[in-house]
Amino acid sequence: MDSGHSETPVMALKILIAGGFGVGKTTMVGAVSEIRPLRTEEQLTEAGRHVDDTMGVERKSTTTVAMDFGRITVRAGLSLYLFGTPGQDRFWFLWDELSQGALGAVVLADTRRLEDSFPAVDFFEHRKIPFAVAVNRFPGTQEHRPEDIARALDLQDGTPVVLCDARDRASGKEVLIALVEHAGRMHAARLLESVS
Amino acid sequence: MNGGHQRGPDGHWYDDAAGPLVRPYAMTGGRTRPGTAVAALDLIALVLAEPGAADDPALEPEHNALLALCRDEPLSVAELAADADLPVGVVRVLLGDLLTLGSVRVSTPVPPAQLPDERILREVINGLRAL
Repeated sequence: MDSGHSETPVMALKILIAGGFGVGKTTMVGAVSEIRPLRTEEQLTEAGRHVDDTMGVERKSTTTVAMDFGRITVRAGLSLYLFGTPGQDRFWFLWDELSQGALGAVVLADTRRLEDSFPAVDFFEHRKIPFAVAVNRFPGTQEHRPEDIARALDLQDGTPVVLCDARDRASGKEVLIALVEHAGRMHAARLLESVS
Repeated sequence: MNGGHQRGPDGHWYDDAAGPLVRPYAMTGGRTRPGTAVAALDLIALVLAEPGAADDPALEPEHNALLALCRDEPLSVAELAADADLPVGVVRVLLGDLLTLGSVRVSTPVPPAQLPDERILREVINGLRAL
């Protein structure tokens, strides 16, 4: 291909799509990705990966978790990678690796099961990873105002809440734009804090 | 390690419906971590085969499959895993071998601290709008 820009650094940014099981993460990744949604598997074989303490039993186990991912090329040398995180809570430790260096996250929510998005919201808030909440509007569900959802989720001020249709590409784009804008604001605020 | 193949008289003792019968880490010789001191390869680290990377007889078919996938354009570790139909952990080990041999070049993603360069975020937003 064109090798004239070989000195231009190639950049890849990572955005996570999180949320409860069956909320539409795979659908959203597929709707905005320019490549066919791919599915890859991560094998976890290590013992003592801080299994939750309710277990109390130390054992070595092999778990295979699937991740969906997609790609959006912003320009030559700048790509966005989207990762649909595993929906099951018991794989939360995988998010740690996924979230390292992530630009931000989208927490997909279903208003009928809002509590399913609590773990993801907690996770990103505690790690100060910028995230936006996208409410997937399932047909036949009652409409909610974004501010009501923000209150129900006890979101920090400024966290964007966007109503969306996870099947729709344009809608998915709007969600990603809201997230990137928010990430920029969070970063700017952090810079100010660090100099003062 | 070697000579672990078990075949029936006809050379096949299973059919395709059986699915993969090789434990994934068999192709890494049981290694679950990359051999080199390479920092854990991020899922979005981009891998590109070096122009001269020839098929080395010492390599497993899976090494060569990875080389073939990233010969023309850089591919992320995640894409390599999906396209080669291998678990990410296995791909990391195999890429570690290829790095040691100098067969691939890896560009790691932008570190988080310097990540949200405002100009780049602006580019991303404009790029998304233009899609």
